[in-house]
Amino acid sequence: MTLLCASADEAVSGIADGSTVLVGGFGTAGMPFELIDALIRQGARNLTVVSNNAGNADTGLAALLAAGQVRKIVCSFPRQTDSWVFDELYRSGKIELEVAPQGTLAERMRAAGAGIGGFYTRTGVGTLLAEGKETREIEGRTYVLELPIAADVALISAHTADTLGNLVYRKTARNFAPVMATAATTTVVQVRHVVEPGELDPEAVVTPGIYVDRIVRVPS
Amino acid sequence: MRPVSASVVEHTDRGPLGRDEMARVLAGDIPRGAYVNLGIGQPTTVADHLPPDAGVILHTENGMLGMGPAATGDAIDPDLINAGKSPVTELPGASYFHHADSFAMMRGGHLDLCVLGAYQVSASGDLANWHTGEPGAIPAVGGAMDLAVGAKRVFVLMSLFTRAGEPKIVRECTYPLTALRCVDRIYTDVATFEITGDDRVVVRETWGISFAELRSRLDVRLERDVH
Repeated sequence: MTLLCASADEAVSGIADGSTVLVGGFGTAGMPFELIDALIRQGARNLTVVSNNAGNADTGLAALLAAGQVRKIVCSFPRQTDSWVFDELYRSGKIELEVAPQGTLAERMRAAGAGIGGFYTRTGVGTLLAEGKETREIEGRTYVLELPIAADVALISAHTADTLGNLVYRKTARNFAPVMATAATTTVVQVRHVVEPGELDPEAVVTPGIYVDRIVRVPS
Repeated sequence: MRPVSASVVEHTDRGPLGRDEMARVLAGDIPRGAYVNLGIGQPTTVADHLPPDAGVILHTENGMLGMGPAATGDAIDPDLINAGKSPVTELPGASYFHHADSFAMMRGGHLDLCVLGAYQVSASGDLANWHTGEPGAIPAVGGAMDLAVGAKRVFVLMSLFTRAGEPKIVRECTYPLTALRCVDRIYTDVATFEITGDDRVVVRETWGISFAELRSRLDVRLERDVH
């Protein structure tokens, strides 16, 4: 059952201290800015955040980091020209960093959402990012075992939702959102438009509503 | 067996290539109709040298095939960016997909080619391009490891020597590795190379440097291309 929320604050209510939170977006494309701002107001702390980047400039995920609410970040590409908030926290030892190859990051969430207990990939074999991980020879090639990333909450954005939670996205703002939607206990989506069931072409739905718990239209 | 001739394609009568010319030389070797991923930075500029009728389809790992040129003016759309997070355009026949699908395309061996930058490449094709390993450096890998193991062929685009004059083609990489035995070709400012897979590095063409000088400056088993 998908809940249509009246505000972003209602949509993020109940997120507990210590939660693992998936945050959609690639850079700022698809970043759920309004949900993150609401999470800052909500105040949950000691969070583990999983996102491709570690924030850009001073808004969105960077603002959540600056608010001191994040204990650990799991991402593929923290270092960017405008990641000064993360850089400062990392260099002063105030945030833990786990770097994962981008495709492995996506697949670990996909595995969690699909009930897969892990997978073997050639990505990372022989590198620092495979140190301490189990490896296995399969048909003459070496693979490394990667484990799922399941989360308490996913905060993502989409272009249009119907009131059953079916989602369509727009261009490269889609990125991690459909995968994250499957991997969290509670998936919260901010959308630009909300329509009635039947108004979305069922053939064009990217994320079926079964994965979606709360939606909020922004601006509300 | 290719016919053997005595000459190497060696040109000491012309200067080293500029960055734009390096990208043009590499672009000329991309097969028609290939599915290609161009890495962040200088590899992205290879797109500027692909002829419009080449039919090359560009993949960007943030979820798109059929990526067009950089967007300017009114065409800039914050929902449409490339892996370097710059605004781009879509070409007719473009498609969008999520990140797990995008990387399945790589690891599943569906991409014909990727072009990456590098700090170092070893004679056996090991690639180091994601992390300097220096104290205080913040590691950031992005999609480099997935691309390097996944694309059917990996071309590296880089200067051959560091500013300090150290060669970047080496016997063994000293920088942290991105992937093992993955590089097929290296395009540099002074020469192009083929990695054979048996620790030989074949010089395909040179600009402003002789084979003898390359051999004296690189600590790897260099051979002349014979064709």
